[in-house]
Amino acid sequence: MRSRGYWLYLIPSLVLFVGVIVAPFLMNVATSFTRWSGVGTPEWIGFENYDRLLKDERFWASFQHNVALILAMAVVPTLLGLVLAAALFDYIAKKFGPRTASALRAAFYLPQVLPVAIAGVVWGWLLHPSYGAVNEIFGIDVNWLGDPSIALATVMAIMVWFQLGYPVVIFMAGLQRVDPALYEAAEIDGASWWRRFWHITVPQIRPEFFVVLLTCTIAALKVFGPIFVLTRGGPAGATMVPSYFSYLNFFQRVNVGYGSAIATVLALIIVVVTFLFLRVQERET
Amino acid sequence: MRRYSLLAALIVLAFVMLFPFLLVGLNAFKSPAEYSSGGPLALPDGIYLDGIVAFWDRVDFGRKLWNSLLISGCVAVGAVALSVLNAYALGIGRVRGRLWILVVFLVANTLPQEALVYPLYYLAKQVGLYDSRLFVILIFVVIQAAFGTYLLSAVLGRFPAEILEAAAIDGASKWRALWRIVVPISRPTLSVLLIFFFIWTWNEFFLPLVFLISNDNQTVPVALGVLQGDRLMDATMSSASALLGIVPAVVFFLIFQRTLTRGITVGAIK
Repeated sequence: MRSRGYWLYLIPSLVLFVGVIVAPFLMNVATSFTRWSGVGTPEWIGFENYDRLLKDERFWASFQHNVALILAMAVVPTLLGLVLAAALFDYIAKKFGPRTASALRAAFYLPQVLPVAIAGVVWGWLLHPSYGAVNEIFGIDVNWLGDPSIALATVMAIMVWFQLGYPVVIFMAGLQRVDPALYEAAEIDGASWWRRFWHITVPQIRPEFFVVLLTCTIAALKVFGPIFVLTRGGPAGATMVPSYFSYLNFFQRVNVGYGSAIATVLALIIVVVTFLFLRVQERET
Repeated sequence: MRRYSLLAALIVLAFVMLFPFLLVGLNAFKSPAEYSSGGPLALPDGIYLDGIVAFWDRVDFGRKLWNSLLISGCVAVGAVALSVLNAYALGIGRVRGRLWILVVFLVANTLPQEALVYPLYYLAKQVGLYDSRLFVILIFVVIQAAFGTYLLSAVLGRFPAEILEAAAIDGASKWRALWRIVVPISRPTLSVLLIFFFIWTWNEFFLPLVFLISNDNQTVPVALGVLQGDRLMDATMSSASALLGIVPAVVFFLIFQRTLTRGITVGAIK
């Protein structure tokens, strides 16, 4: 009886969601089938933008860079974070006390508290070609972000630095759940650190493992701030990613239809990746 | 010996992670002349504040701080309020089709902002809300509430029904029960959400970059991000700008540390 009338509370959200998310998203999809400069009437051209997209080398290159960034923002931090969390939890905290472990954890985590654009500001200064601190310290003259052959690798390294703390903190929190008796029993049985890692730590934090991998992969697919701040997709498109590519088409090249097609494909990929992850996670746990 | 080698390796790694912060802190307080003669590793001769002051004045940093605080604060409060209304209907009211509604919220939360930006930009221009902080607040209230609804519905789904039944017998309306019973009891979860929404909004870059173009309206990350690599910036001024971006973020982290570390696994669902 009480459950009547509760839907009234959804009305403000309904209005706002339609206005801010549903309608704009549908408009974006519709625009992707047109040629439009942002003023005047959009001209319906069917699948032409998508056709062009499939043949556009810069578009494919931008997705390859995205894969590289998934490696740098999701795969490497997750695997490295797993080993670091296990080392801090099962070794450092026991041999040197929990305070040492949490101090190290805080140091790994600090980059994560920054807005990602500010992380870009920090590294933009450190790697500046004429006065950057890194070149000054090592007495070298490398144009880290301006040389097309190394710019992507540089951005990847910066993103590993930025992301690493997140999996470490999540995994260490997950390990709190594990019954300490499990580790003690394994130790008494003479199981090596590596065996404990593989047979206790990894299976115990499986749920966290999937969540971290999913959230970091989505973040990598969406990455915009560091690219904007550090390279603007350059030099010569060496660090172009889909999100920046769509931004460029929207606001600088006024190819709104083409930009919308890129954004629609990106949205589709992200939704599909999310569902795949959730399916795998359901089966695994 | 082996015992210490792992510790040493981890300390080296921690040092590498902190090194950029140390360099920023060290060089933001130097004069350009000091930087070019002593290099980035030398300790500053004294506290030279001209670089920071010059940068502060140049970008009117006080104004940017206020914009960021205003936007993030309003979004946090608005998004929590909206999440509470939704979660009341979904978690406690258990309205029909709630599973599908939650899926819609979840999808809305994962959509890239690039797929919304142009229509929003066009609409904002039509209704005269382009370059307005109010519009950015409105957008982020909805985006953050999508996540908040998802989380809070699960929490309110476990809310003890007897309390609400007792209130109903005493003649309390649903509206009254929400504000007098559900909200006060859920305060700990709501404060975690409030802090998360504040920090997430503070950290946002893409939509504020598109919508806040005038100097008077820009947020901290946008103002600093746009100026990075600017020709008129020298080494120490760049360092000062990085410092001004780092300090608020670290201050928030220190203030909210306990809530954040408790809630960070909550945030992981995002």
